Amino acid sequence: MQTRLTINGQDLSREVAPATLLVELLRDELGLTGTHIGCDTSQCGACNVLIDGVAVKSCTLLAVQADGKAVTTIEGLATGDTLHPMQAAFREAHGLQCGFCTPGMVMAGIEIVRRRGPNVDAETIAHDLEGNLCRCTGYMNIIKAIEAGARMMGETANA
Amino acid sequence: MREFAYARPASLADAASAFANGGEAAFIAGGHTLLPAIKSRLRMPDTLVDLAHVAGLTGIARDGDRLWIGAMTTHATVTGDATVAAAIPGLARLAAGIGDPQVRNRGTLGGVIANNDPAADYPAAVLALDAIVETDRGSYAADDYFQGMFATALADGEIVRRIGFRVPQAAAYAKFRHPASRYAVVGVFVARFADGVRVAVTGAGPGVFRWADAEAALSTDFSAAAVKGLTLDDGDLNTDIHASAEFRAHLAGVMLADAIAAA
Repeated sequence: MQTRLTINGQDLSREVAPATLLVELLRDELGLTGTHIGCDTSQCGACNVLIDGVAVKSCTLLAVQADGKAVTTIEGLATGDTLHPMQAAFREAHGLQCGFCTPGMVMAGIEIVRRRGPNVDAETIAHDLEGNLCRCTGYMNIIKAIEAGARMMGETANA
Repeated sequence: MREFAYARPASLADAASAFANGGEAAFIAGGHTLLPAIKSRLRMPDTLVDLAHVAGLTGIARDGDRLWIGAMTTHATVTGDATVAAAIPGLARLAAGIGDPQVRNRGTLGGVIANNDPAADYPAAVLALDAIVETDRGSYAADDYFQGMFATALADGEIVRRIGFRVPQAAAYAKFRHPASRYAVVGVFVARFADGVRVAVTGAGPGVFRWADAEAALSTDFSAAAVKGLTLDDGDLNTDIHASAEFRAHLAGVMLADAIAAA
């Protein structure tokens, strides 16, 4: 089925088999392997991407369902060599160990700021990460990273 | 996944036609139940008919004593909607507890109601709030709509358009949620109306059901004291790896008290 998407700001029009998951299109056909497949059962959040700015689990969405929409993956966040504030915060706060869950966590962090604003507190962040699993960190540095990233996004917005 | 055809109709008539001509067809709303079911080959449709672009399936409006919510309204929208919060705040809180934020951005009210998972949250609200399920062919009272595990009054190819919840004086939902799946091990929705109280239980049995003893007691005295010690008959409840029927019977009483306190 002919499908038109904007992926990380670039228009894309191509034939996509209806049974192709969005995450499969991204990884297998477009080589955007930053979006990970963890559980493939919509539990772990490693596959989170933004669709028109809203976080969804790309393992539970058909590529054809995203027709006409703008998809943002982890590869699309940085501006040149300048990391997105949420990415920079994960590095600063050491919000990762093995890194497998990290792209989904960064997307979840951006989603939390979208819904809760840049002054979101740690307790709310911890609660709102219920759809993301990390098997290394115990979550504490992830929460710190998202809190710091949220503040930085607020400052960037006000700058 | 196994291949299937895909249709993207813009009207209810076109959706019905695509379904009728699609062989073994299935409607897809948010897809957060259907796509996992297709991955695991519990469902093997020839055609998916996407309802996302069908006109008239979204929107939230208060009309007299009814709160109408379009079938394709996501859980995230219900969670944050001012009209819902003003009319039935307990319904907004229920939606806020479904799945996780990313799931709530996709999952829809109509999808849940059409699927009727025995551990889903919304069926308890639809039943306790004496709702009307309006479809492309007619409408059903909630009491007639739910017919046990994954079974509803919907005919093959019938499309849920919107749900009309009866606005109560007070209402709340309490669930003991499974920590991994976030489905209800037991969930109880309590709704107090001028003419009596309705109580619906999800997660505990093969499908959502009303709890007559609790309704009778609460209609006389809407307090936790009125139902203290009341439990369900565990003979009709589910036993699985998560909980025994006996445990669910006990939990129902605990969730009932929590819901009354929150209402």
